[in-house]
Amino acid sequence: MIYFDNSSTTLINANVLNTYQAVSQKYWSNPSSLHKFGEKSFMLVEQSRLQIADLLGVKGSEVFFTSSGTESDNWAIKGTAISKRKLGNHLITTQIEHPAVLNSMKQLEELGFKVTYLPVDQTGIVSPDSVEQAITENTILVSIMAVNNEIGSIQPIAKIGDILKEYPSIHYHVDAVQAIGKNLWSKLFHPRIDLMSFSAHKFNGPRGVGFLYKKANRQLQPLLSGGGQEQNLRSGTENTPGIVASAKALRLTIETQQKTAQQTVAIKRELLDYLTDKPGISIFSPDASDFAPHILTFALEGVRGETLVHLLEEQEIYVSTTSACSSKDETGSGTLKAMAVDDRIAQGAIRLSFSSENTLAEAQEFISKFEEIYKRFENISY
Amino acid sequence: MNSLYFDNAATTAMRPEVIEEMTDKMTTIYGNASSTHEFGRQAKKVLDDSREILAKSINATDKEIIITSGGTESNNMALRQVAQIKQNEGNHIISTVIEHPSVLRTLEYLEGLGFEVTYLPVNLQGNLSTEDVKSALRPDTILVSLMSVNNETGAKLPIHEIGELLKDHQAVFHTDAVQSYGLDSIDVRRDHIDLLSTSAHKINGPKFIGFLYLNKDIFVKPLILGGEQESKRRAGTENVPAIAGFAKAVSLLDEKSKQDKQDFFKKLTTQLLSNLKENHVAFEVNGQLSDNHSYHVLNLWIKGVETSRLQMNLDLNHIAVSGGSACSAGSLEPSHVLTAMYGENSSRVNESIRISFGEFNTESEVEALSNQVVKISSKLLTKNK
Ligand SMILES: Cc1ncc(COP(=O)(O)O)c(C=O)c1O
Ligand SMILES: Cc1ncc(COP(=O)(O)O)c(C=O)c1O
Repeated sequence: MIYFDNSSTTLINANVLNTYQAVSQKYWSNPSSLHKFGEKSFMLVEQSRLQIADLLGVKGSEVFFTSSGTESDNWAIKGTAISKRKLGNHLITTQIEHPAVLNSMKQLEELGFKVTYLPVDQTGIVSPDSVEQAITENTILVSIMAVNNEIGSIQPIAKIGDILKEYPSIHYHVDAVQAIGKNLWSKLFHPRIDLMSFSAHKFNGPRGVGFLYKKANRQLQPLLSGGGQEQNLRSGTENTPGIVASAKALRLTIETQQKTAQQTVAIKRELLDYLTDKPGISIFSPDASDFAPHILTFALEGVRGETLVHLLEEQEIYVSTTSACSSKDETGSGTLKAMAVDDRIAQGAIRLSFSSENTLAEAQEFISKFEEIYKRFENISY
Repeated sequence: MNSLYFDNAATTAMRPEVIEEMTDKMTTIYGNASSTHEFGRQAKKVLDDSREILAKSINATDKEIIITSGGTESNNMALRQVAQIKQNEGNHIISTVIEHPSVLRTLEYLEGLGFEVTYLPVNLQGNLSTEDVKSALRPDTILVSLMSVNNETGAKLPIHEIGELLKDHQAVFHTDAVQSYGLDSIDVRRDHIDLLSTSAHKINGPKFIGFLYLNKDIFVKPLILGGEQESKRRAGTENVPAIAGFAKAVSLLDEKSKQDKQDFFKKLTTQLLSNLKENHVAFEVNGQLSDNHSYHVLNLWIKGVETSRLQMNLDLNHIAVSGGSACSAGSLEPSHVLTAMYGENSSRVNESIRISFGEFNTESEVEALSNQVVKISSKLLTKNK
């Protein structure tokens, strides 16, 4: 069995699972309760927050727990729009964002906000100049993903951050869900970023835990009001086991990220060696500095991505079409469309995404299994 | 000494079966339920089976269950999204002064958007009558949101009667059932409930998971948008292990075990009160122990004994009770529920504790609790003199 679908979700790390279990058994009390049971849970939550903050290089008071990457994105975008609507009604994003961002933007358009969806170039990267050109005096938010989930293109987050230094009142949000733990942090983290979204199940942590980095003093309306948890910005009884387990998962991921990146990029290179120059194959995730080490997306012209997914699955190889979220009634990949890839080719795209659990041997096995499938379609004329 | 936990209305211990179920799902099913491959399908099967259990538990259909991150999100989604979709039909909302902050703060937010909210007062029992709702109801009322059971006093609101009342009115009926789910028999058809919020961690399930029941004839837009999960009504990669854990907790509660639990909590209540009486503790129950009371919560006025001192002293003796609701971390604000019942100048507001029972409590634990309350309150009262 080969699992090459780690950008959809990852298997929880065994040590992280142990933590989840142990905390569930011992420290399940409500962190807001004033008794000793509650106090211990509270301390665990706060220690985890600090640990995550340290790993990100931010302050503990700037880390807010949510239920997912999706919630973090929704909150960052809609919370900004509502708290800054008096200052303006214009938001800037790209055409290749995750649906959590795109659909939040669409909802805001229904409420009267104006959104600019910036195009990307043929490689799937937005130009920093286009961000600057799109800025108007009504712009309140720029939301750009760090690493695209469909092809792994890395966006010029730091350059855009430099540009936004000149526009201090604009909120700068970065969806970092696919970027964290990929040895890209020093390149991507920029002090101008105000808001950043994360999701634990993408780095071998548990489901149902996300977090949002929010820079101190940046105004953000809550999406969920109530008991006042998370500095009164995200209410709901805290998920102590999930939070502690996520902090551990992040630590383990970051401690090993260099090695993981080397390992995954080696897998990616092995596969690229095989795929490059093969008739009918289009590669969207080159071995380049502006592409993440863990994602490899390519298409076999004339064969639908779903077909490839199922044929590989028969060989116990698990990959996905370009994004799990919209896999079901896929009308084509948003990112590939934005890159102006021909529909016929885009429909054939599959995404392989790697984790530290994957090996070169698996890449070789993939190649031999894929080659059989490839041969079956060889009589299709390219 | 063993620690005694009497704060089950704040949260409950996870059942071992639930932890086991979650561990199993975490280690065996790691597909994203939206993925089209085998792992995705396995995850989806778990999701479907769990949803069926949740739906059945309130006599709803599978499609009417939207999984959320808990009671707070369910309440926020219910109120914000119903208000948004119904705003052309009116802007009046009815609720009560004793709701959980996740309802109250959300209603305040809606007031800021121009909605008009009537907060019904409660009587000395911490309850209200169907008549109260009836007289507040207007042609432009679009939403009535009432909790099923109050988290601080255990008062059971007349949900069934109010459901009957609202049946022929345009107003949508939402109930925050977080404190009643798993203890009371809930039937959304019988009670004419349109939306209902639950939270798993109150019934020995996992944290950060719950559901919102949404009647099939009511359409609301999502609060959290993104992928197409939950039939496009709540986006985010499904938390399959927690959902399975939640369903496990629910499946362990049949109608008989719910009744048994209520009977057991009633017995513990009676035991505690008679112990206190025998030892001449001057106390009164806040609210009323009657058919309209959920016996997992017991709110006691211990006359002359300050809430925080009693609570802290019990804590020093390894007994956890609450001095209000566990919410805004670290602060002990006077309870808005007791204030609503007795007025802000009543001594009850500053001299009451909430004891809440769970299925892991025992009679001997209650014995220990009452002994400590007797000891500590007499010590504190002597000091006061
Ligand atoms: C009546 C009531 N409603 C809502 C909630 C909120 O639920 P959760 O903590 O799951 O967000 C609680 C508990 O905190 C509650 O007691
Ligand atoms: C770039 C990106 N943003 C956001 C999300 C949403 O995260 P979650 O699944 O935790 O809601 C995902 C994954 O699905 C993603 O890849």
